[in-house]
Amino acid sequence: METLQHVLGNAWGYFIWKLLMAIAIVLPITIFVAYVTFAERKLLGYMHARLGANRVGPKGLLQPFADLFKFVFKELIMPTKASGGIFSFAPVLLLICAILVWAVVPFSPELVFTHVNAAVLYILAISSLGVYGIVLAGWSGNSKYSFLGGVRATAQMISYELAMGFAIVGVLMVSGTLDLNGIVNGQAQGMMGGSILSWNWIPLFPMFLVYLISGVAETNRAPFDVCEGESEIVAGFFVEYSGTKFALFMLAEYLNMVLISALASLMFLGGWLSPFPVSWGLIGSAGFIWLFIKVCILLFGFIWYRATFPRYRYDQIMRLGWKVFLPITLIWIFVVGAWIVSPLNIWH
Amino acid sequence: MLTTVLFYVFAIILVFSALKVVTSKNPISSVLFLVLAFVTSACLWLMLNVEFLALVLIVVYVGAVMVLFLFVVMMLDIDVETMRKGFWKHLPLAILLGIIVLVEMVLVILNKPMVITGSPEVVSNNISNANQLGWVLYTQYSYPVELASMILLLGLVAAVAITLRKTDKNAKYQDIRKQVSVKASDRFEMINMPAEVEVDNLEPQNKEEVK
Repeated sequence: METLQHVLGNAWGYFIWKLLMAIAIVLPITIFVAYVTFAERKLLGYMHARLGANRVGPKGLLQPFADLFKFVFKELIMPTKASGGIFSFAPVLLLICAILVWAVVPFSPELVFTHVNAAVLYILAISSLGVYGIVLAGWSGNSKYSFLGGVRATAQMISYELAMGFAIVGVLMVSGTLDLNGIVNGQAQGMMGGSILSWNWIPLFPMFLVYLISGVAETNRAPFDVCEGESEIVAGFFVEYSGTKFALFMLAEYLNMVLISALASLMFLGGWLSPFPVSWGLIGSAGFIWLFIKVCILLFGFIWYRATFPRYRYDQIMRLGWKVFLPITLIWIFVVGAWIVSPLNIWH
Repeated sequence: MLTTVLFYVFAIILVFSALKVVTSKNPISSVLFLVLAFVTSACLWLMLNVEFLALVLIVVYVGAVMVLFLFVVMMLDIDVETMRKGFWKHLPLAILLGIIVLVEMVLVILNKPMVITGSPEVVSNNISNANQLGWVLYTQYSYPVELASMILLLGLVAAVAITLRKTDKNAKYQDIRKQVSVKASDRFEMINMPAEVEVDNLEPQNKEEVK
């Protein structure tokens, strides 16, 4: 950064440096997302006792790129009665929100795009904007199916955002900071002393579960994917989309999946901390690889749920969000609060 | 320098979108411009280093309240022509009310200038914004906060009480407990029975042959 600032002047050097950083973060994530889609096809294949994509490239490894090129060269169809501007803007908005969030997600103590004090709040704020992409996509296509999908998605995302927010409140209470770095570092300390036992997922286990399940509901994945329920409303809010715009929806969905997994590992599973005690030398030391492994395990879970569970009924989804998850998190917040002020406190 | 430019950019967007909220013909685009107005004002607050309030504005108003607004407006079938019908009839009243509000605002502003001249006091960066706000809200102002939350709760309960009337005797409600506790044995029964050979239905000609 100093070299760039020396060559280009202060402001420009900073700008170019940040731009390079942004590319260096977004590009690997996008490629990772491409391979998550591939992994999903392969894993679902194996779970259905078939092979999955295996034709393009060695072992089918180039399949995501084949998919991408196919999407790009497809015709962009615009329904005659669609509201043009909003119709094109909705998937872009969804993708922008999905990418913007990564600005504050730390990959290791040093590797973070920008260090924000209120990182968790920022993530909540930006990811709550993403719902507009879905609503507007559902509305602007001027189709009943897509509108129904949009309406379903909105109600569902707002309901589960609450439970998710309260689950995060528990984490914030324990760590006493809104900063993701601080949250991870907080899990390295405490009575159990920095191994898998001192991570937040044990004392906050109900919240961890609520967060994971709400995460599945937030990303509109199976078994909560009623908003694209293809047996009832064709494909929900993106019925009318084709080609690149459709690809943007898929990209945003998988980006959000990766984000939910990354946040769950940062907040509950110790982020880049090793599951082994620090005294164990190399495998006890923290590093990006641990975060990567945790994210991959959680993503595997996402795909596994899709292959395992049948789709929920819509009223059951609403009931689960409002009448089960919300009370659980509220009660556990009180429990954690009492726990922190009591002499049994394990976090100091 | 950069801050000043940014301020004017955000301010122009804010004023423009606020105007479009009122003037645009399509109710959906009104709501969307209102969202834009909220987001730009959050950006302005961010420039004042009040990141907590700015982000909460986005989470609460943009992320929840406005989504529900959009939701309702999308459901409505608004006919712009009928809405315009009474415009000229009600214009004098509207102008009168507008003037009253304007005069009130001008009086208040002239009496007690709220514009802070000079730079706002710099708070120490060691404690985060949210932390400071929490300290003040839950110690100094804890009673007003609780009062406000009770009023909100009252509104919520009242709204539910008004809409949730189980007067319709024929309405069918789902008992989730019953649904979940259903066992397979309640729904169908496995019966062990020998295979039946229907001898009686055999045609008479066949019967004779059997004999």
